[in-house]
Amino acid sequence: MIRRRGGAPVTPAGPRAAAVPPAGVPGLDPRWSRLVTVQDADGVDRAFHVLDSAVGPDGAAVDAAAPRAATTGGTLLCVHGNPTWSYLWRRLVAAAPPGWRVVAPDQLGMGFSERPGQPRDLARRIDDLGRLTDALGITGPVVTVGHDWGGVVSLGWAVRHPDQLVSVVLCNTAVHQPETSPGPVLIRLAHRRWVNELTCRRTPLFVRAATSVNVPRPPKDIRDAYAEPYRAATRRAAVSDFVADIPFAAGHPSRPAVDAVAEGIRHLDVPALLLWGPRDPVFLEEHLADLRARLPHARLHRFERAGHLLPEDAPGYVTAVTRWVAELDVPGTPGPSGAAPEVADGAAAEMPDGGAAGTADTAPATRTADIAVATDAAPSTAADAAADPATGRPSLLDAVRARAGDDTAAVVEIGRGTVSWRELHRRIRDAAAVLRRAGVGPGRRVALLVPPSVDLVVAVYAVWWVGGSVVLADRGLGLAGIRRALRSTAADHVLGGRTALVAARALGLPGRRIHVEDLSGATSATGDGAPDREVDDPDLEAAVLFTSGATGPAKGVRYRHRQLRAQLELVRRVFDVRPGDAMVAAFAPFALYGPALGVPSAVPRIDVTAPATLTAPLLAEAVRAVDATTVFAAPAALRTVLATADGLTAAERVALAGVRVLTSAGAPVPAVLLRRLQALLPDATLHTPYGMTEALPVADIDLAGIEAAGPGDGVCVGRPVPGVRVQVSPLGPDGRPTAGLTDRPGVVGELCVQAEHVRDGYDALWLADRDGWAAPGWHRTGDVGVLDADGRIWVQGRTAHVIATETGPVTPVGIEQRITGAVSGAGGPADVAVVGVGPAGVQQVVAVVAGGRRGAGPLPDPDLVAAVRAAAGRPLAAVLRRPALPVDIRHQSKIDRVAVASWAGRVLAGG
Amino acid sequence: MRILLTGGTGLLGGATARALLDRGDEVTVLQRRPAGLGCREVLADVTDRDAVARAAAGQDAVLHLAAKVGIQGTWREFAAANIGGTQAVVRGCRAGGVGRLVHVSSPSVAHAGDPLVGAGAQPADPEGARGDYSRSKAVAEQVALAADAPDLAVLAVRPHLVWGAGDRQLVAKIVDRARRGRLPLVGTGAALIDSTYLDNAVDALVAAVDVCGAAHGEALVVSNGEPRPVGELLQRICQAHGVPGPRGRVPLPVAVAAGAVAEQVFRRLRPASDPPMSRFLAEQLGTAHWFDQRRTREVLRWVPRIPLEQGFAALAAHAAGAGT
Repeated sequence: MIRRRGGAPVTPAGPRAAAVPPAGVPGLDPRWSRLVTVQDADGVDRAFHVLDSAVGPDGAAVDAAAPRAATTGGTLLCVHGNPTWSYLWRRLVAAAPPGWRVVAPDQLGMGFSERPGQPRDLARRIDDLGRLTDALGITGPVVTVGHDWGGVVSLGWAVRHPDQLVSVVLCNTAVHQPETSPGPVLIRLAHRRWVNELTCRRTPLFVRAATSVNVPRPPKDIRDAYAEPYRAATRRAAVSDFVADIPFAAGHPSRPAVDAVAEGIRHLDVPALLLWGPRDPVFLEEHLADLRARLPHARLHRFERAGHLLPEDAPGYVTAVTRWVAELDVPGTPGPSGAAPEVADGAAAEMPDGGAAGTADTAPATRTADIAVATDAAPSTAADAAADPATGRPSLLDAVRARAGDDTAAVVEIGRGTVSWRELHRRIRDAAAVLRRAGVGPGRRVALLVPPSVDLVVAVYAVWWVGGSVVLADRGLGLAGIRRALRSTAADHVLGGRTALVAARALGLPGRRIHVEDLSGATSATGDGAPDREVDDPDLEAAVLFTSGATGPAKGVRYRHRQLRAQLELVRRVFDVRPGDAMVAAFAPFALYGPALGVPSAVPRIDVTAPATLTAPLLAEAVRAVDATTVFAAPAALRTVLATADGLTAAERVALAGVRVLTSAGAPVPAVLLRRLQALLPDATLHTPYGMTEALPVADIDLAGIEAAGPGDGVCVGRPVPGVRVQVSPLGPDGRPTAGLTDRPGVVGELCVQAEHVRDGYDALWLADRDGWAAPGWHRTGDVGVLDADGRIWVQGRTAHVIATETGPVTPVGIEQRITGAVSGAGGPADVAVVGVGPAGVQQVVAVVAGGRRGAGPLPDPDLVAAVRAAAGRPLAAVLRRPALPVDIRHQSKIDRVAVASWAGRVLAGG
Repeated sequence: MRILLTGGTGLLGGATARALLDRGDEVTVLQRRPAGLGCREVLADVTDRDAVARAAAGQDAVLHLAAKVGIQGTWREFAAANIGGTQAVVRGCRAGGVGRLVHVSSPSVAHAGDPLVGAGAQPADPEGARGDYSRSKAVAEQVALAADAPDLAVLAVRPHLVWGAGDRQLVAKIVDRARRGRLPLVGTGAALIDSTYLDNAVDALVAAVDVCGAAHGEALVVSNGEPRPVGELLQRICQAHGVPGPRGRVPLPVAVAAGAVAEQVFRRLRPASDPPMSRFLAEQLGTAHWFDQRRTREVLRWVPRIPLEQGFAALAAHAAGAGT
């Protein structure tokens, strides 16, 4: 409840006058509020209420008209929409970026500004804003920030002040109603005069609904604060007028003004940032697409959980804006040089030419568009080709083209059929022709809703053939996750079977739908439109991949062809793939790579998205089908293979003995498991590479290497593979990684990777992308670990699992390993999680052991407590027990330490 | 240094007086009964202003521990001893030209019943504090810190849950209850509780006397910085005495309610003995109490010398020696 100062009326000078907000509005500092009188175009004095971060030295707002020397850098001009007020921007005012003044006016007739008594149309509002900035003495560089219809007003100011404008930031707004859309239904409805009168002015329905039906719904006190200036019907006239001023019809009086803005921004050459909440019933994906078409250079960050009231729903927008302005070159602010992270010696100098793809993402001033073809990808000269490793590397389609006349098997799907190289080439070519006719080409994205199969292989390579980019989402994301992921990429096409396409329609996925069966068959007979050669440009975007993360919405990881080519070469080299080899692809990503590697691949009779179903006989069957020398399998599959090895026939054992390389990617494999596998595959080198969606592989270790490394503090994942550099970003006292990178052995920190195959960027997540680089070209893995004196990497957990104790950061994995070693019994290794409780900096270390009967209480018996404490190797505040530990959704085997920590925190708080 | 210590008969007061004597300080102790410490003793009630003023005159520092503890007695009695006593000490310091006052307080002065998880030293809050002891100590700490001035430096030190060998208060009561099978756990027994081994508390008070002046006007919580689940603490104390650990469980709300009733019943029927459970005790045993010790260690330039494990070993050795 908002308290009124001494019971005084909010509007001492009458219901139409401007006023300052009452005391007690949550999050609002009364010192920010000031009233500024401006003469409007008719020569009438109008009083604005303005929130202004520039307060005088004594804490009081200084004289309105006086220019402020204290903050000469730049100004963030924040414009709210309808029916909110400057309150929307309070978090940004509170955390004004260094060197920046944040000015957030209430538009006339709105918030606590004067009620002019007349409707103010768009042109008038834009004019008002210009007069206000003049009155405020804002003469230096300006970044406009707009939300909802305030976005249009802010852009109107931007178009008229090109000399001052340095950037525009937009949150959930629109400047044009796309032809394909009937317009926001709610707003259209509110255009009917009686509806408008009833909902917007006579009752506070619209004012209240703006916050109460928003997803997510703000707390009650915040909703009250938004409604505070609109308590009386007389104070809501502008809310009603504003709705009526939105021009849908061509003849609407404000239509020319909107159209002028919509066209005007096409000529804005300043960096633009779009911050978007997708859970918005008013401004939809098509409005975002329209904005991106008008501002093709704009960077985008989607806050997946936010709705229409983005600045309210996503407090992280303040961080995004702060980072954004820090990278603008504005005198009097820290600027881009100040924001640049430290780079380890020589790191920048050793960046390959193509590494610029990573650095470009960090500098808004030099950005290229997400999807658009990089403008610097001009035809290569011979000199360029020599300097650029990507140009010299085989393309992803070279191997398929080279074997276009080969009738031997390329892909064998056990139980489903065999496709020869000749047939594979033809099918890809035919599909490419279909895709090209459908409009797929360079810069176009195709979402693939096709289960792992030859059809998927054909689709992927056909999209690449015509220069398009594939969007693939892990089924582990679930329907909601896939929908969110695919919408965020704004795919131009969706390709799938009938069911998938029906689902795509039901889910409201964007893009033209293409049926997978249409890629082959009759169309190929005509032969028309089949391109002879694939589009071959290493800077084209090749893929956006979504894999399910442990927490939060999945990130779309963007690759260009140059990164995939580098990855292909690395896979070939590290896993020793030679001509004449053949592979079993029992692990989804590698099932796609056989054709690019130019080796035949066999897919076992399993669902490759359920790897644990691979038994020893099924593996042997696949090995025999192509005389495989190489096996790619998931760790979960290896356990099943071992458990079912007794069922192998002599012939199957002989076939397995012919395997030369076995690679198990996805999670570390214990040495004891590898030793038993070695007995089954006596001639095979057993690789367990380390990597992630953003960079795979990073490092590699085989059984001999694991045995040589011995036990240590964490899981040894081997040495970096050729061409990959790994350094650590040391942890600070708060347990968070600091700036700077080091390769000094023994320093615990976040593992960072630099390599040619590291991701190009995160899609539609400007802030995550910006934060995801430790230094230009250095990808933050989110894993913590340490390098040893022999250059080996030891992984000790995730950055989110670091425990910030009084004596410094503590990582969990080494302690867990020691405890597991000490307390495991006949039932196999005990599940143990080591987590922190309490505030960062004084956290206590707690071990949680799985076991005991349900209802037994969280304290184990004293003997177990003593054994765990003795084994841990460092003091523990508590040893707790629960019947089972939660595991994360994706891996099913990785303990969800965040969930364990939250449980332990509750238990140890008592009660 | 010439030091007046009030409350020399208590566990912590006696041990601190001995530590100061051992390092060569000139110590006077003030309390109602002889403490037998072999130093100058003033036998007086701490609320006796004249006696306190005479004892304080000419001292370099006063270390004020005398207090009425426990849950027996009326508010008037707690207020007289703890607030009145502190007022007498403050007046005595001012009148006697004493430069330093170390006021020994309790973390319960700032505890309103919620779990304290890595908490700093919050200001004393008489309105939120639970029970007459905590409330009177909260006012007393305010009185002491309000006296902080350029010519009188005041530090408030709040040792948390002091225990050690020879402790007839906390440890003896726990062991006695456990032996009779009347030591249940409150809640799950997992509430994380910090405590202070006696020798560490002594070191901290000595350190406070030394730094008082350079540091002043603030309250510092002192503990071992080794929180443990309360069930494990009780279990280890019992184990050191060769008696079985806690048995059975009482849900926290039940314990709080039962404690409140027991307080009333015992106040009327058996005013001379402690009830088996009080609301204060239930909350102490049922909710987390552990602290951010960084500021304390920085200001006092002190670290706990005896870790918890060593404390338990000393407890066991003492129990064996005492033939328990």
